[in-house]
Amino acid sequence: MKFTEEHEWLRVEGDVVVVGITAHAAEQLGDVVFVELPEAGTEVSQDEEVVVIESVKAASDILAPLDGEIVEVNSPIVDEPSKVNDDPEGEAWFFKMKLEDMSAMDELMDEAAYKNFIG
Amino acid sequence: MDDDLKTTVLNDLHVGLGAKMVPFAGYSMPVQYKAGVLKEHLHTRGSAGLFDVSHMGQVILRGPDVALALESLVPVNIAGLGENRQRYGFFTNDAGGIEDDLMIANRGDHLFVVVNAACKDADIAHMRTALEPRGIQVEQIEDRALLALQGPQSEAVLAGLNPAVGDMTFMDVATVELVGAECWISRSGYTGEDGYEISVPNHAALALAEALLADDRVMAIGLGARDSLRLEAGLCLYGHDIDTKTTPAAARLHWAIQKIRRAGGDRAGGFPGADLILQELSEGPAMARVGLRPEGRAPMREGVELFANAEGGAPIGRVTSGGFGPSVGGPVAMGYVPSELSEPGTALFGELRGKRQPVVVAVLPFVKPGFKR
Repeated sequence: MKFTEEHEWLRVEGDVVVVGITAHAAEQLGDVVFVELPEAGTEVSQDEEVVVIESVKAASDILAPLDGEIVEVNSPIVDEPSKVNDDPEGEAWFFKMKLEDMSAMDELMDEAAYKNFIG
Repeated sequence: MDDDLKTTVLNDLHVGLGAKMVPFAGYSMPVQYKAGVLKEHLHTRGSAGLFDVSHMGQVILRGPDVALALESLVPVNIAGLGENRQRYGFFTNDAGGIEDDLMIANRGDHLFVVVNAACKDADIAHMRTALEPRGIQVEQIEDRALLALQGPQSEAVLAGLNPAVGDMTFMDVATVELVGAECWISRSGYTGEDGYEISVPNHAALALAEALLADDRVMAIGLGARDSLRLEAGLCLYGHDIDTKTTPAAARLHWAIQKIRRAGGDRAGGFPGADLILQELSEGPAMARVGLRPEGRAPMREGVELFANAEGGAPIGRVTSGGFGPSVGGPVAMGYVPSELSEPGTALFGELRGKRQPVVVAVLPFVKPGFKR
């Protein structure tokens, strides 16, 4: 598993990566009440806003962690946003993407570095 | 945490309960506890919630004709307020706007008022300037905390400490002994539920809070759920839904101005901005505060601009409070729109992230009040 400074996790699954937000991010956000996902097939560039997520407290944007194409989105979390709090690093993944360059993953933090990053 | 922040006498309790503390009106206050805003909100509506609102200002006004004196600042029938009764009111300004809203209780030989934390210094200065020349003493009460117990189980819980509270009805006030201390209690609150607000001496505040929290029916509730509860109840938050530029008529707080203070009444006017306020009450305001139900799932928060049509045209109004309503199970909001677009059912649009989303004018409150009348 790799991590971004935007508190996303990325897990390689065959030739795609699964993307979600970390348990730390979900806890900081508070109860999630709204999720808007992109459409499968969307080409995205790194740091582009791809997901809107609203908690009881505020709205946040989730950015594309790297360049690539969204190939699948996790629609059930749109109907049941609370899953993001219940299982952020498992069932409540946001989208799967095919990376332009798989080696770009190497630049991201590993778990130890992320733990250090969030203090 | 900012060192300049004040703390309430229950600060250690909040921290010990795992509260997330945030700066609010100069105080370090719990925005939520471990359960989180959603569960705290639903627990309050379903059972009972305990709120620390000690940051609010408690003031005693005492002196000759004190009720008439306060009527010179507040457009409410205070002289006609019965002993041991409480009423909602607001300080107005010369432009007809609202300087703050407050609760006023007639406690026999004095008035007891509770004002908002962010406004309390200004309110107290305002009262001193206007009322002291009339022989009124304005005494800020700083040796008391203020707790609110809200929700349908509040009476059963508090009656366990003193059965006398069961005799009170909505907006009654009484002096009642709790945990051995003299408490000043009103049957009121800011959630739309039955409940009590309890002024308790600082030295007994922790004992009272712990006694209430020891009851399984009671959960500690932070400012986050306090906000979503009052929003669903259609209650104004000062500085957001009402401020120095909003008038009582536009804010739809006309119900708080009794006939006796209106044009033709025995004590009509006599408060700042009276001419403007009373004229607007009879003619109707240009803009009006309304409830808003976004049709999608996305919350429309404070500042979202409202439009009459899906495309084109200038904004016709804006959201002043908004978020997710846990009891409603969807987004809810309040805002100001032109009076001709204020009828419940009127279809409008709110602009979210550059896209206009449908929103319907709704009846306030969003939830049925649970007051014990």
